[in-house]
Amino acid sequence: MTATLEELSAMTAAKIVDARGSACPGPLLEAKKSMGTVAIGDTIEIWSTDPGTKSDIGAWSGKVGHEFLGVVPGDGYDRVLVIRRK
Amino acid sequence: MCQRHIDIPYSCSGKIRPARGYRQVIQPMSEPLNLVLFSGTADKLHAAATLVAGAAAMEQPVNILLQYWALDAFRTARADDMLGLAWDAISEGTSRPVHGSKAIPWMETFRMAKELGEVQILACTGSLDVLGIDRSELDPIVDSEAGIAVFLAAAGEGGIPFS
Repeated sequence: MTATLEELSAMTAAKIVDARGSACPGPLLEAKKSMGTVAIGDTIEIWSTDPGTKSDIGAWSGKVGHEFLGVVPGDGYDRVLVIRRK
Repeated sequence: MCQRHIDIPYSCSGKIRPARGYRQVIQPMSEPLNLVLFSGTADKLHAAATLVAGAAAMEQPVNILLQYWALDAFRTARADDMLGLAWDAISEGTSRPVHGSKAIPWMETFRMAKELGEVQILACTGSLDVLGIDRSELDPIVDSEAGIAVFLAAAGEGGIPFS
């Protein structure tokens, strides 16, 4: 699936994980923890001010089998969207 | 500002590259991450905890052997202490990664890693003896005491970095 930035911006996540202000590995750990609380097929959105989070979440999703959707740049932070796939 | 970066899976065109591309480049990690920790300074424990937490999140099993001053740092009485820093981390600027407000305390990071993944923490029986530490003095995060062969057997074919 390939989504445009507009499509991503318009998505509604089942859960928002606000990890802003937390440094690596904080946002990744929060994402991992939160993924277990949503149903398979649901989307989570991780908010992070750590510049490494977007690529970290992409690598993590690829490794463990979730679907990385992309990143929406927010006001001073990134909104990273992932679908739970397992 | 939109930046191009080879590892970042989104581009300036507004098209988002799908995660499937990652599956092709990320190597499977069935082998455990093995670590021998022997330093008891906060900077080294902090770095090790970050690595362990990352591996746990990535669903890679982790085996840790605690020896000497790292073992001492895992005593219940000391576990949440602000431990000292190595000589190369003592200046005001370089200690920030360890003492900065954004940093999760090292023990808390180990606890989160253990909660999220398969993390085994072993206490070296030889070091317990040398330091005069009783097993009961260790933080409950330590799974058991073990000799070197138990750790090596768990480590399998993977490498064993020291820190």
